[in-house]
Amino acid sequence: MTQTIDSSASLPSAPPTSFLEVRDLHVTFPTDDGMVRSVDGLSFKVERGKTMGIVGESGSGKSVTSQAILGLHNSTRAQVSGQIWLDGEELVGKSSEEIRPLRGNKMAMIFQDPLSSLHPFYTIGDQIVEAYRVHNKVSKDVAKKRAIEMLDRVGIPNAAKRVDDYPHQFSGGMRQRVMIAMALVCDPQLLIADEPTTALDVTVQAQILDLMRDLQKEFNSAIILITHDLGVVAEIADDVTVMYGGRAVEQGSVRDVFYSPQMPYTWGLLASMPRLDRDRKGRLDPIPGNPPSLINLPNGCVFSPRCVYRDRVGAACVTDRPDLTPVSDTHRVRCHIPAEQSQRIWLNELNPNL
Amino acid sequence: MVRYIIRRLLGALAVLFIVSLVTFGLFMVVPVMTGASPAYLYAGKNPSPELIANIEHGLGLDKPIPEQFYMYMKGIVAGRTDLTDGTADGSRPCPAPCFGYSFRYQSPVWDIIKDRFPVTLSITVGAAIIWLSLGIGVGVLSALRRGGFADRASMVFILLFLSLPSYLFAILLLYVFVYGLKWLPPTQYVPLTESPVKWFQALILAWITIGFGSAALYARLTRANMLETMSEDYIRTAVAKGLPRKTVVRKHAMRAALTPILTIAGLDIAFLLGGAIFVEKVFSLPGLGLLFVEAIGKQDLPVIMGLTIVSSLFIVVANIIVDVLYSAVDPRVRLS
Amino acid sequence: MTITTSTESGTGVPLRPDALLQVRNLRKHFPITQGILFKRQVGAVKAVDGITFDIANGETLGLVGESGCGKSTAGRTIAKLLEPTSGNIIFNGADITGYSRSQMRPLRSEMQMIFQDPFSSLNPRHTVGTIVGAPYRVQGSLSDKDIKTRVQGLLERVGLNPEHYNRYPHEFSGGQRQRIGVARAIALQPKLIICDEPVSALDVSIQAQVVNLLEDLQSEFGIAYIFVAHDLSVVRHISDRVAVMYLGQIMELADRDTLYSQPRHPYTHSLLSAVPLPDPDSGSRRERILLTGDLPSPINPPSGCVFHTRCWKAQDRCKVEVPLVREISAGHQIACHFPEDRPVFGQGGQTIHGPAPTDQELAAQERDRDLARGGAVTGENIAHETELGWQKRQD
Repeated sequence: MTQTIDSSASLPSAPPTSFLEVRDLHVTFPTDDGMVRSVDGLSFKVERGKTMGIVGESGSGKSVTSQAILGLHNSTRAQVSGQIWLDGEELVGKSSEEIRPLRGNKMAMIFQDPLSSLHPFYTIGDQIVEAYRVHNKVSKDVAKKRAIEMLDRVGIPNAAKRVDDYPHQFSGGMRQRVMIAMALVCDPQLLIADEPTTALDVTVQAQILDLMRDLQKEFNSAIILITHDLGVVAEIADDVTVMYGGRAVEQGSVRDVFYSPQMPYTWGLLASMPRLDRDRKGRLDPIPGNPPSLINLPNGCVFSPRCVYRDRVGAACVTDRPDLTPVSDTHRVRCHIPAEQSQRIWLNELNPNL
Repeated sequence: MVRYIIRRLLGALAVLFIVSLVTFGLFMVVPVMTGASPAYLYAGKNPSPELIANIEHGLGLDKPIPEQFYMYMKGIVAGRTDLTDGTADGSRPCPAPCFGYSFRYQSPVWDIIKDRFPVTLSITVGAAIIWLSLGIGVGVLSALRRGGFADRASMVFILLFLSLPSYLFAILLLYVFVYGLKWLPPTQYVPLTESPVKWFQALILAWITIGFGSAALYARLTRANMLETMSEDYIRTAVAKGLPRKTVVRKHAMRAALTPILTIAGLDIAFLLGGAIFVEKVFSLPGLGLLFVEAIGKQDLPVIMGLTIVSSLFIVVANIIVDVLYSAVDPRVRLS
Repeated sequence: MTITTSTESGTGVPLRPDALLQVRNLRKHFPITQGILFKRQVGAVKAVDGITFDIANGETLGLVGESGCGKSTAGRTIAKLLEPTSGNIIFNGADITGYSRSQMRPLRSEMQMIFQDPFSSLNPRHTVGTIVGAPYRVQGSLSDKDIKTRVQGLLERVGLNPEHYNRYPHEFSGGQRQRIGVARAIALQPKLIICDEPVSALDVSIQAQVVNLLEDLQSEFGIAYIFVAHDLSVVRHISDRVAVMYLGQIMELADRDTLYSQPRHPYTHSLLSAVPLPDPDSGSRRERILLTGDLPSPINPPSGCVFHTRCWKAQDRCKVEVPLVREISAGHQIACHFPEDRPVFGQGGQTIHGPAPTDQELAAQERDRDLARGGAVTGENIAHETELGWQKRQD
């Protein structure tokens, strides 16, 4: 059985040039039933001012990755290995206490459900002030002014008055704005947004995505956007990582992934969703079967049990793990189908029928 | 807020009125209907019919039942002057709140309750301090060290005291510390104002009996609540903000996890204030619980009724206090 | 053929008297009460506020809108899981608006529901066999052995292994659980299934499986669906006709192709323009309409046209005069004074902003949110309890 090329032994230890670089990240949770390999050798880079979209379905390891970057995993229950370089600093070996000054300061996070992510007992002002003062030695008054300024910036009307309100007094969209204000209060250089618009309505989602785009321009931050919604990724990301079963199966610029995808899983995602911008199809083309168990990953390609193109390659799909192989300067694909053939499949068989 | 409290107090009065009505019916009306007038209980052995009639007159038992109830209620609010012991000059003054005269002690029920209450209060306060500090402490600790040694040790503690019957524990304590090791004198309640040391010696075993048993229960509740709260999204947010763990635990997790526990504690304390029957009996502490037991033994109806009403008062008031406190802690709860 | 005779609903909407389901001016208001001993009503959440439509046999009507628009409440009210406040529900020729629970029971075989959350809508203590066989047991005409055979047939039909008859819901994945829900719903071959966000909790690849299953069952058994969902693309895929709801009212109703290619209501335009497309360059090709502010409260909906507070075309008339539902072409109804004419994926690049909410509106919204919370019962609570109650009986 072949191994992924970038196994830990051969990992370069030199600091990278990218602002954020994740190298061969593994996150494993030991359980009674066995080892759950949530993230299995993931690598990617993000520059400041750019957005990396991580797409995948539930259990693909996308959220686990984001929490690993922030060091949020409980060290007694999760094993994290590999390298995470943030602005020249390696994070994986660091203790929680060593990462703490970076959290909320150099890197911040917004979550899916803004209501449950805000403490119900404290005013939003208190919570933003707390986030600011933990990293900046300023008085409460100064911090509160800063909080109002941020709330105003993210589009909360009457910020000076609403700063004293509690989370439940806001609507869903306004709460997500509050979360964004809180995440940005210390000018983080890296913002991780984990399904930031999934709980929101489509018109509110449009507002929030718009806001994130504006803020990114203003603060020049790197953004990791985690989502299951291909539409959201297409709208906002510069680069995309498609994850399946804890691995990146396709990586590339947003145009690579949407205009010339080469991995059958990405095809499956695109083909199974009904699209408003195309003619209505008679039938959707779902991906057959169910996502793999992360305890007993299939041999060979993780996607092979559900892959309808398996037969075109032969035995390799079920025996050999494919590597993430470059097909162009920006585009990497983990699949045994030769690049030329997959390009043909996409152009002739799939794209016309989306 | 003020309007809310006033409304709740009115509601509480209504509840107390109903409790009074029911206890009155149970103890004063039912016996009459079954032919066993409370006057017999009052009169001693082999009373003459005249004596019974006299007593009935003195207690107002010869009046129509609604009027009796009216007098009873009026007595609680304004006191009574119409009570006699049945003899011509045996007038018995009974200032408000008047729950009548005890058959057994020949004095106003309220005076007896007032007399006994400090004992029960002492028991309750001491026990509550033990069970809250120990229970919450153990619970928080074991939740934070989930699966570790502290967690397993506290599990043993919890299991032990949840399964150990309190009567066994109480008697065990009594035998070991009073009769065996002789560290403590045989219990004899002494008011705090008289001798703090003796007061403490008299109560410590009662505190431990109630405190440890409840502490186990509270530890289990606290642990469960803490574990649940620690897995809440807003705790993850707090960690992601870069707050020190201490702040996350104290400011974010404990406040949310302990609020529901204080609610339960309020009601438990109120319940205990109505008398810790069993513990008072074992350690011979003359509190409301022991009074209740004695009153039942002697069929001292006015005392039983008075105690019932007073202990329901505690619970009703505690309910209001707990609700008001809860709304002060949790802004999502609005009082209106 | 449509007959424009019905003025009973005060709308002049053409109706089909032969329809399987006729909904006339249906309202569902949840009262907000205050007080401890004596409850008095201080307001109402107007979750559904006068909707009218028909569904023919074997047809799918999509009910689409944002959260709080009343689409789920509408579905549940039609299924009589909630008591309608006013209006009429005529199912199969019978006016079931006032039917009691026991009167509804025989109808349950003809009208079923599928819920969003495949995790909470199946009783965790019952086996799949018990859950799917429950409708037969309620009917009581089949022996246990026959029931088992039928249930296994159903499981196979919805793509589950019939040998999993004795398994419990937690042993299945989300998509498989939703299949169990579907199997239960089709057990008695209903004429109408109300699907309440049936695929929104599922992953994209699984969503398509369930959507295909629903379509196959429809063509096999001729079932009509009311498909309640917020996902505009799924609704477009599965529906024959689509109704767009906003604040308890239908803003626009048309056949699928008309609604998606020539929408006339500004709200439909803004919804469609807000859907992110899986096409990175689409941003420069399409118009973008950014609505400002939030959905107004259904306790105090805006005067006149309920959408006027967020509509970029609103004029003074919209603030005072309620737009009647009118038919602008065959089968295309809208409630708007100033319909939009532009095509939807038309001239790109330009962004239209809705009007910013005024301070008064913001204050009113805040007040209503407080009111809704402070009130003894909220709409959501009622809906939830009723749903569970019904679920339990079903199981």
